[in-house]
Amino acid sequence: MNPTQTPIMDGKEHRETSGASHHPGRTLRRNLAKLSRHAFLILATLLVLLPLYFVIITSLKSMDNYSLDKFGFPKPIYTENFRIALRGGRYFDWFKNSIILTLGAVIVSAVVSSMGAFAFARMKFRFRDTLLSSVTALMIVPPVVMLIPLFLLLTRLNMTSTYWGAILVYAALITPFSVYLLTNFFLTIPFEIVESALLDGATSFDILLKILLPLAAPAIVTMVVVNMLWVWNDLLIALVLLPQDDTRTLMVGVTIFGSRYNRDVPIAMAGMLMASIPMILAYLVGQRYFIQGLVAGAVKG
Amino acid sequence: MIKTAKLTPYLYLLPMILLLVFGFGYPLAAIFDFSLRRIRGASGPFIGLENYRQIFKDDVFRQAVSHNVVLLLAVPIMILISILIAMVLYEQVKGWRFYRSILFVPYILAVPVIGVVFSNILQLNGVLNETLRSLGLGALALDWIGNPRLTLWSVMAVIIWREVGFGIVLFLARLLSINEELIDAGKVDGANWWQRLWFVVVPQLRTVIEFYGVVSVITMLAWIFSYIYTISRGGPGNATVVMELYIYNFAFRNQLPGIASAVAVILFLVTLVLIIPVIRARSTSVVEEMI
Repeated sequence: MNPTQTPIMDGKEHRETSGASHHPGRTLRRNLAKLSRHAFLILATLLVLLPLYFVIITSLKSMDNYSLDKFGFPKPIYTENFRIALRGGRYFDWFKNSIILTLGAVIVSAVVSSMGAFAFARMKFRFRDTLLSSVTALMIVPPVVMLIPLFLLLTRLNMTSTYWGAILVYAALITPFSVYLLTNFFLTIPFEIVESALLDGATSFDILLKILLPLAAPAIVTMVVVNMLWVWNDLLIALVLLPQDDTRTLMVGVTIFGSRYNRDVPIAMAGMLMASIPMILAYLVGQRYFIQGLVAGAVKG
Repeated sequence: MIKTAKLTPYLYLLPMILLLVFGFGYPLAAIFDFSLRRIRGASGPFIGLENYRQIFKDDVFRQAVSHNVVLLLAVPIMILISILIAMVLYEQVKGWRFYRSILFVPYILAVPVIGVVFSNILQLNGVLNETLRSLGLGALALDWIGNPRLTLWSVMAVIIWREVGFGIVLFLARLLSINEELIDAGKVDGANWWQRLWFVVVPQLRTVIEFYGVVSVITMLAWIFSYIYTISRGGPGNATVVMELYIYNFAFRNQLPGIASAVAVILFLVTLVLIIPVIRARSTSVVEEMI
């Protein structure tokens, strides 16, 4: 991952103004055009922020306050919604289930993919290119296509509403992306490093574990972030494979919660806010990885 | 290349292959088989193309397809908005990183959460309509998700709201990797902003546009279940049924997995056709450049 290119940007900001022409009419027109483009940007930013503003202020209003004034600040600030939301939804269980599934799937996929990617990037074998491009192509197959056979298979194995059943399904679905990302990254690591380790008598497994994986740390972080986001946010698979209370995920929980408190908007919004906090915190801390990862993993959508 | 025993590469690949056979290989083979059977429980008798005949006769299926097709209209809109914003951010705005961070936030949020939030915002007496009324625009305060003529468009707006963030980041990343002299050359030639955008920037972005376009088309056809499920559940009536919801309803509500499988096969074949340009776009290594 290469966080280059950004310095170019910083030097660019003042040039636009200094390049303005000497004709006053043209300058005016240019400034107007610039202003309108700026206005467009601010409008877009507002469109993004207003719904978020609405969620936050509404979650802090009483129902009466909300019915009278939907858009203003809460008067007074009312925190009871969060307590009711925690009682009305099983948020802690949902969080726990989502964390177990996400971690499980991300770890299984990381182990399996780093071994696979190692073979793709550093070994010669028959059908290598065909196999790699088939794996890559799987990235874009929508999960809904696989869902029916997977459901029937897990039912037959008595694995619906079990963590392992869903972990394996999620791990499989995110693996094409993981393999794709890691293979490309391993290919950028100079072969001389591997060669000198081989001369020192390292086995192929040593090379993967002690040389390639540590060097691939940025790619691994990116991969983990994208996969986490994918599993954490999924609704369809969780809805079908984990229908029972005790393994229900946060996203399924949120959906049920949303329709239960359809009329108690402040409580619903408090619930939505709580459900979003982990990802927002993760984004604040690791924004770079989110953006790089999703650009790199563009196909995942 | 590391010289290894002949079997070693396969040992490294084995866990991956097993996992992918479980998650993709088996289901993709099984779905074709299921689509030709009348499934009860785990299997059933072979009935040829009967399931396909059924779905093509079904009005709801035709509606579902037409809704997916209507949603494709969002693709050019998303491309246009993201290019414009990416271009504005690239050219002239102080604090572009801050704007980028904000504009990307919707893409981080979970779709079910977004769905629940917007289904509240868009209620007949929700905040959007109350605000419109208080601004004296009461005539515009429509029943955004209760009126079957509007619901699909409301869902589309929500999809655009979230998915544009991804386009902006993608196009901006590409713009930052273009040689800036190229764009400046346009300035020296006296080309105005729109001319520069159309004649200089858009051609440079071509592969990324193609890529984002195809990904968005596939999204609109096959990755929007969460929006529909949380905003409208396909309603009112069948006004927002899409293929994914049709599959879900038939497989898991109506217990007719054979019918649902036939739709899944169609969806799979459509995405397969669409994957080809993506692979071509990737082989020109757009993505690698941006990593």
